[in-house]
Amino acid sequence: MTGQAGIMTEDVAKAAAEADSAKPEPQAAAADIPLLRIEAVVKKFGGFRAVDGLSLDIRAGEFFALLGPSGCGKTTLLRMLAGFETPDEGRILLDGKDIARILPHQRPVNMMFQNYALFPHLTVRDNIAFGLKRAGMSRSKIDDRVAEMVALVKLEGLEKRKPDQISGGQKQRVALARSLARRPRVLLLDEPLAALDKKLRESTQLELMELQRRLGMTFIIVTHDQEEAMTVAGRIGVMDSGRLEQVAAPRELYEAPASRWIAEFVGEINMFEGQVESNEAHRLSISTRAAGTIVAAEPRQPVTKTNVCVAIRPEKIKLSRRGPVSDAVNAHAINRLEGVVTDVSYLGGVTSYKVKLDSGAVLRSSMANTTRLDIDAYSASQRVVAWFTPDDCVVLEQ
Amino acid sequence: MSARNIFARPARIAAIAPYFWMALFFLVPFGFVLKISLSQTAIAQPPYVPVFDLTQGAAAIKAAYAALSLDNFRLLVSDDLYVLSYLRSLVVAVISTSILLVIGYPIAYGMARLPQRWQGVAMMLVIVPFWTSFLIRIYAWINVLQHDGLLNKILLALHLVSAPVVWLSTDSAMYLGIVYSYLPFMILPLYATLAKMDPALLEAASDLGSSPRQAFWLVTFPLSLPGVAAGVLLCFIPIVGEFVIPDLLAGSDSMMIGQTLWLEFFTNKDWPVASAVAVVLLLLLVAPLVLYDRLQRRQLEGVR
Repeated sequence: MTGQAGIMTEDVAKAAAEADSAKPEPQAAAADIPLLRIEAVVKKFGGFRAVDGLSLDIRAGEFFALLGPSGCGKTTLLRMLAGFETPDEGRILLDGKDIARILPHQRPVNMMFQNYALFPHLTVRDNIAFGLKRAGMSRSKIDDRVAEMVALVKLEGLEKRKPDQISGGQKQRVALARSLARRPRVLLLDEPLAALDKKLRESTQLELMELQRRLGMTFIIVTHDQEEAMTVAGRIGVMDSGRLEQVAAPRELYEAPASRWIAEFVGEINMFEGQVESNEAHRLSISTRAAGTIVAAEPRQPVTKTNVCVAIRPEKIKLSRRGPVSDAVNAHAINRLEGVVTDVSYLGGVTSYKVKLDSGAVLRSSMANTTRLDIDAYSASQRVVAWFTPDDCVVLEQ
Repeated sequence: MSARNIFARPARIAAIAPYFWMALFFLVPFGFVLKISLSQTAIAQPPYVPVFDLTQGAAAIKAAYAALSLDNFRLLVSDDLYVLSYLRSLVVAVISTSILLVIGYPIAYGMARLPQRWQGVAMMLVIVPFWTSFLIRIYAWINVLQHDGLLNKILLALHLVSAPVVWLSTDSAMYLGIVYSYLPFMILPLYATLAKMDPALLEAASDLGSSPRQAFWLVTFPLSLPGVAAGVLLCFIPIVGEFVIPDLLAGSDSMMIGQTLWLEFFTNKDWPVASAVAVVLLLLLVAPLVLYDRLQRRQLEGVR
């Protein structure tokens, strides 16, 4: 999320939630009953609880991402939605009907597999037509639908090829067309872009979003790639150890993480542990061992414990030679930390710095390279002031 | 270019080695057999004429060459003993191979779907009988199948039959022996193709609306065809030429070609006719191999 780096106004964190609810989500408002309701679902493998009492509602027309580290249970959850695993407890309601024990071939749900699972002995056309034939469609209708799908994913001219005769990107499109051909109520995507190289992955993410918006279908994607989840999804559910840690829009997830674990899992972050000393006019004074007293904006959920963490994203931390000069910034209480630059990583769009504070703690800061000339650059062993506003801080209970 | 030169010589020698092997242990002996098949039987040492003697000069070799004839092959066509033997061999091979496929496929399929650590055990169970001599195992079957053998004792004890059944010297006993002996050759290539199949393909088939039975016939079976072809050839070809099992377990009323060949060679001491039988058998067996090779090549071209 380094692309959002740079000087941000202090209202950003607060405005995050409102901005995202205004994002267009077709059909979302239409139905009060969610399309898919997952109720207290548990899946055990031996003694291991892969999915541990998870509940989640997914609205019709939503692009939802399940994000989490490997082994967090996200794929198991997806496989229960497809019918390849049966939950040990709980219900999965699709349009109000419990489908938890319905066999995969009888569900109006289709899945796009991680390694595509294209049938190697069938042509591109027959791969796409496979599900339509099983549905007992007439030959002419199948031909029409296949042609429509081929056009949708831009595979014209490749219909007679076998999967071995097309590129990875083309295989990905065939898999997508095959899973969309039956017009499922929900399309499940299991790490659909993991096998593509970075450039192709990014362009395909945009195409996937565009496709989902155009078809108005419900997509659930499983991914371990945060940028991918944030790019494509309207809402993200972050999973850990079989539970949902937070379900939120991408911006809220990044700017207002619900827990320390989420804050550290999503993106880069500086974390300072400390105690709340005072709370005046929605400004918390928190004394930390590593960074002295930090003034932070009070979170929406009032802090109940005194032991807290102050989390600040690297791009919110600005470096300067003497300290902040802007009048607008001076009007607020500013946190200043002094230290020495130890590492400079130039990444093109941004430069990432490590600053060793006088307390010995290391602070990460990333600054957008807004000019071609290096007048704003700092070099190693240079002494700098790192500063950030109270609104840049996220206060989390330890 | 220079890199290619460094590897050229050893690579070329390595490439020639199998041809050399083929020439020495297949083509040269086959040449002898072919020559004998064109000779006439004689009470002599060796038991056929003419004999090429390189020490006798060019004229003698020319005369010997002129004495070669296709008479033995004409005999094979005219006497229906040989035609019937060939036919019986083919029929026995087709029936046995079909039974082997029907029994072997489910076993291989079951093995491929076992948990990984049990697959090795199952593989051992298939291979272990090979540790005992093939001949001993066939004699063991004779023991089981004979008049007062284990099978009849069990059947009598269970009151399934009232008198001992004749099992030995029947076609049933022969098919039992063949299927028993060749089963591993059917199972192993089938297991190899089934085990490496991506289980996600079956999930995809099921996800796209196939019942388990449809998924098997539309995905698993077509993808296992190379294994089916390998298993069928590995069983069919040696069964056509099988001698020991029909000789020990089947009746004496009709013979497979291997038995006819043995009869000509050892009982009748007619080396030329026996050689002709062997040459025709080889030609018969080359046909399915060529067919298989062509099919496989077409498949590879399809992939390319």
